[in-house]
Amino acid sequence: MKAFLILEDGTVFPGTGIGSPKEIISEIVFNTSMTGYLEVLTDPSYAGQAVVMTYPLIGNYGICREDMESGKPWPDGYIVRELSRMPNNFRCDDTIQHFLEEHGIPGIAGIDTRALTKLLREKGTMNGMITTNAAYNLEEILPKIRAYAPRGVVERTTCKEKYTLAGDGFKVALLDFGAKENIARSLNQRGCQVTVYPAFTSAEEILAGCPDGIMLSNGPGDPKECTEIIEEVKKLYHTDVPIFAICLGHQLMALAMGGDTYKLKYGHRGGNHPVKDLQTGRVYISCQNHGYVVDTKSIDEKVARPAFVNVNDGTNEGLSYVGKNIFTVQFHPEACPGPRDLAYLFDRFVKMMEVKKDA
Amino acid sequence: MPKNPEIKKVLVIGSGPIVIGQAAEFDYAGTQACRSLKEEGVEVVLLNSNPATIMTDKDIADQVYIEPLAVEVLEQLIEKEKPDSILPTLGGQAGLNLAMELADSGFLKSHGVKLIGTTPETIRKAEDRQEFKDTMEKIGEPCAASLVVHDVESGIAFADEIGYPVVLRPAYTLGGSGGGIASNEEELVEILKNGLRLSRVGEVLVERCIAGWKEIEYEVMRDGNGNVITVCNMENVDPVGVHTGDSIVVAPSQTLGDKEYQMLRSAALNIIDELQITGGCNVQFALHPESFEYCVIEVNPRVSRSSALASKATGYPIAKVAAKIALGYTLDEIPNAITGKTYASFEPMLDYCVVKLPRLPFDKFISAKRTLTTQMKATGEVMSICTSFEGALMKAIRSLEQHVDSLLSVDFSGETKEELTARLHKVDDRRIYVIAEALRRGIPYDTIHEITGIDKWFIDKISILTEMEKRLKTEPLTGELLAEAKRMEFPDGVIGRLTGRAEREIKYLRDKYGIHVAFKMVDTCAAEFAAETPYYYSCFGSENEAVGEKTGKKVLVLGSGPIRIGQGIEFDFCSVHSTWAFRDAGYETVIINNNPETVSTDFDIADKLYFEPLTPEDVENVVELERPDGAVVQFGGQTAIKLTEALMRMGVPILGTSAKDVDAAEDRELFDRILEECCIPRPAGHTVYTCEEAIEAADDLGYPVLVRPSYVLGGQGMQIAINDQDIREFIGVINRIAQDHPILVDKYLRGKEIEVDAVCDGEDVLIPGIMEHIERAGIHSGDSISVYPAASLTEKTKRVIGEYTKRLARALHVRGLINIQFIVSNDEVYVIEVNPRSSRTVPYISKVTGIPIVKLATEVIIGKTIRELGFEPGIQPEADYVAVKMPVFSFEKIRGADIGLGPEMKSTGECLGIAKNFNEALYKAFLGAGIRLPRTKKMIITVKDADKLEAVDIGRRFEALGYKIYATRSTAKILNENGVKAVKINKLEQESPNLLDLILEHEIDLVIDTPNQGATKSHDGFIIRRNAIETGVNVLTAIDTARALVTSLENRKEKLHLIDIATVRNRGITAEGGK
Repeated sequence: MKAFLILEDGTVFPGTGIGSPKEIISEIVFNTSMTGYLEVLTDPSYAGQAVVMTYPLIGNYGICREDMESGKPWPDGYIVRELSRMPNNFRCDDTIQHFLEEHGIPGIAGIDTRALTKLLREKGTMNGMITTNAAYNLEEILPKIRAYAPRGVVERTTCKEKYTLAGDGFKVALLDFGAKENIARSLNQRGCQVTVYPAFTSAEEILAGCPDGIMLSNGPGDPKECTEIIEEVKKLYHTDVPIFAICLGHQLMALAMGGDTYKLKYGHRGGNHPVKDLQTGRVYISCQNHGYVVDTKSIDEKVARPAFVNVNDGTNEGLSYVGKNIFTVQFHPEACPGPRDLAYLFDRFVKMMEVKKDA
Repeated sequence: MPKNPEIKKVLVIGSGPIVIGQAAEFDYAGTQACRSLKEEGVEVVLLNSNPATIMTDKDIADQVYIEPLAVEVLEQLIEKEKPDSILPTLGGQAGLNLAMELADSGFLKSHGVKLIGTTPETIRKAEDRQEFKDTMEKIGEPCAASLVVHDVESGIAFADEIGYPVVLRPAYTLGGSGGGIASNEEELVEILKNGLRLSRVGEVLVERCIAGWKEIEYEVMRDGNGNVITVCNMENVDPVGVHTGDSIVVAPSQTLGDKEYQMLRSAALNIIDELQITGGCNVQFALHPESFEYCVIEVNPRVSRSSALASKATGYPIAKVAAKIALGYTLDEIPNAITGKTYASFEPMLDYCVVKLPRLPFDKFISAKRTLTTQMKATGEVMSICTSFEGALMKAIRSLEQHVDSLLSVDFSGETKEELTARLHKVDDRRIYVIAEALRRGIPYDTIHEITGIDKWFIDKISILTEMEKRLKTEPLTGELLAEAKRMEFPDGVIGRLTGRAEREIKYLRDKYGIHVAFKMVDTCAAEFAAETPYYYSCFGSENEAVGEKTGKKVLVLGSGPIRIGQGIEFDFCSVHSTWAFRDAGYETVIINNNPETVSTDFDIADKLYFEPLTPEDVENVVELERPDGAVVQFGGQTAIKLTEALMRMGVPILGTSAKDVDAAEDRELFDRILEECCIPRPAGHTVYTCEEAIEAADDLGYPVLVRPSYVLGGQGMQIAINDQDIREFIGVINRIAQDHPILVDKYLRGKEIEVDAVCDGEDVLIPGIMEHIERAGIHSGDSISVYPAASLTEKTKRVIGEYTKRLARALHVRGLINIQFIVSNDEVYVIEVNPRSSRTVPYISKVTGIPIVKLATEVIIGKTIRELGFEPGIQPEADYVAVKMPVFSFEKIRGADIGLGPEMKSTGECLGIAKNFNEALYKAFLGAGIRLPRTKKMIITVKDADKLEAVDIGRRFEALGYKIYATRSTAKILNENGVKAVKINKLEQESPNLLDLILEHEIDLVIDTPNQGATKSHDGFIIRRNAIETGVNVLTAIDTARALVTSLENRKEKLHLIDIATVRNRGITAEGGK
């Protein structure tokens, strides 16, 4: 079946439809990871976006359900160069084609994903439509495409009710803004008892559980939209409970403490981004997935100091809050997909809780 | 961390002669690293015995020593040049071993020299089997159950414990030399004995066999600050059991999920961290195909063939970055040269698929076993880039220069399913064609996977290609089908054959349907950042990124493809120098080549690099975009020459000597006419087409005669026939190579062989020097020891040679280079071969004479005259040095190859001995070639009748050196009769002790065995030579080589005089022309 990707600037990429035949409008972003397409598909941070994989051969090892980072795939659409017709892996349960169909996600294959990526790089992230309707009328649909903005995505992705992963170590409250499961798993593997709370849980309720530490998760969308959550985060700041935050959580804490965020031209999405630990000078390769970033200049140095910086473009990658047991990072130490080089930060968080408890 | 200010003068060790397992990749890495060091203001001293390399140019290093890679040389060099540091990680295993010997002996410490890039402790931890195992155990990285043994008995005991099959890996050898898989005790004993002998420290690892597991490699880098990154991972299509150098390799890995990918990546980083490597490192893993179980196979703490491949596959310059790290920089301080915006501390992301195919030498060694094992056999490799695996595989196949262009090129269609299934069990170079045929015949994926262990994902990809073949054969050729076939990179010629159309018609249809090639950029970052480096590959069904706009004059330089016997690194040297000369003359330069090991495919050599197959269709795609003002083919060997006609059809002018004149040199009749006009004699000969005509010609000329096909490389198919039967056999072989060209039969003259390279501007001719071969005619010039200057020639003969060269160059209207081979017999000079192009000897003669021949030739091609360039035409004054070029062979790697030398070339590389006098140069050359004698002072002489008298003199001289001589009956008789004491030894078929026993007992350190020419070669001789080679005994098969060796041993010196090539002044250059 023929399908078309139509960008808000009027560029049309004809290709072959994959997954569900339905029509969608979404924000088009690209991811440069060469492996881990399933982790990307099931990362809730992609809610409200359609993702382009820059690696051309996708689906080679099929779907290994145990690798899913949440219960379902989140992107509105999926854009690839070539889907493998015969995946093969000892853990393979399914094909991407079927997985997308099952979850009603449309996609397009057979397009020049590199040309598309270059366009997004040069013009910045754009909205687009995936449709199988060959009789599209650009004049009619372009205004609709341009008008799209991802909204309410945290509500969509967060868990509906709190739940707990048993553990006999520290009690961690994890605020789920659209969390990847490996955050809870990483803590759980370190013995923590992790209670996952819906995004809109009040600070009071969280603190009532007497957590040893609070984890603010990643999540989709524009952080400034989350005004209610920011208020609760501010309250959490003012406690002395150790806090570790990732991605959206990191941005929300910065916003809560008077910082600002802005949208990057085309974001950081992939598994090869170098970040430098400003304390040690060590550079780590990180997994990233964000379109917004904390403006370093907006951070009052009496409140927080940059802890990590992106080696490529110098943007902020982490903050260490002055006089507090709080540190937050923009990248994803939980990996999945991508390098696990920064997983030690979970150990650091556990250590923070230990120190606090001993004190 | 900024640069370490204490590092001011660095000694870089190269890898020496090209042998199987250690090829051009080290010239690429070394050249890149030297340039990187010089960029930082560091003084670079270079040691490498290989004169055909670019790294041994005086513009690459400050002091250049083309001297043997031997401990005594390195010690003297350190005393002379007083470097503060040695960078040992660029010269492959050879360089690393040498540096380790000096570190172990305490020499480095006592001379205040540091190893940079890696420490001796690191090397030991990575290379010493036991220390490596202990280290891996310490950090919890699994290795296959294994034991280091120093004797055969312990090997047997351990194998009994872990069960057969077992893998054997000797420590400190290159290309897996002497290793193998043993399925039973008998095989174990055979391989283990050999491995113990080949290992520098006499140890071999006996290991649990993990054959059939996936073989995955990671290229990782670490700096002094502990920052670690992965440059690339690669997956071998062939599972564990085939050496990675002989495997089909794909980058990045295709069948690994993120969990597997990251697990192995973390392990690789864990290992490089524990080993404290500063620089690049290669880690090889075996991954169980049905679980997460893995083990570490091997770690190479240095740049390697894989790192060269990874550099070209990703655009990340590993050697350059490794050199900067060695100086003290950290990864985040080193800019990424491709993007110019990011830093070396990131991981390249590919948005394409890379396939590497090995170039195996079985076309040269017809008698050799084609089986692929853990011992590498490939002489070179090709790489291709495409947006799909199918496309990359198809492009790689047609890059091989083996008369193959698709999966149909090796035909197994005549075999039954049972025969095919049986073939699948055999791991050899043709297995991929067997799999394709098996798929065409409906053999299920599961069966193929079970037998070969190849992942079904790859099998499916091969099936997609065979399905396309079928569609092309059976369906109407619609625009859609054609587009799909092109997306999979089916060449027009193959589509034409399958659809019953002419190749041109397919091209016409493509134009009609608007199916055009697109070029995409290799940018290290999957288009995330804008990149400026013009490194491109082609694909179909995409948007073009390359811009063909022209600012000034533009030249297309065609590379020489994969390294194979007969076409080695020297042509890359020529291509690169020509590119530089064009650049200096203001041209925009465009290179097309497909060999990932070479300097020419480094992204900053030409203004634009197209990493593409060298076929007319692929070249035409580039030509249509770039519209060059001309193409230069005379520097890229036969590969480039073969494209001449196609280029002219595309309307691209051939710069330099015209195609017509190149043809004239190859076409017997035209060439004879030219020789006649020039009054130059050649050995009498005839051009024939059939076997009967050949026999007639031979009878007319009188035996022996030389039989060869025209248009060949490295003497392929050339033989000396001594009777009619030989002729019949040879013509049969020649016809098998599918020649469209006639066959030449010449009178064979056993005279002195002389070689000349010259530059001609159409009028004047410059001859840098005359080279003389030590072996008389009959042995391929590439396999002969070549000496410059030619001391034994009379002034008159030299004048005649100069005159003939001038006449021929003019008659052929040569513009650029010409190579001529002469025979001097009874003071008469005959021409035997003329090649109006660059030759194997160009780099060596350039270096020893100080005359930049390729640069001169290029400027002449552009239109300058020799006089304008400041040179006086004619034979240049002889240099103050004698240079001896010594061929180097890789026979021990190729089971079953006949090592006897003849008109067909067999050497893989060369080294140079340069000195003030002949004897010292000769000694250095033998030392450089790895011939270290005497050891046991026992030798065997068995020579053909024609050599018997000369053998007496040689025997006497060896005797005087203290050698005990064993000889077969007739040779012993002659020796004893002439007062040379020789012990008669039984031939093979006779009772023990016979020749073979002596050899196998490691009693012997030298065998001189000159085989009879012709087809009736003794089978005995073959067995003796093979066994000797596989036992590590030096074997000489030409009496002249034997004489040279004894001369060299008689003149052995403790103290060598080392010569800095960079101080060899340009000769023949006039004051005003000098620059």
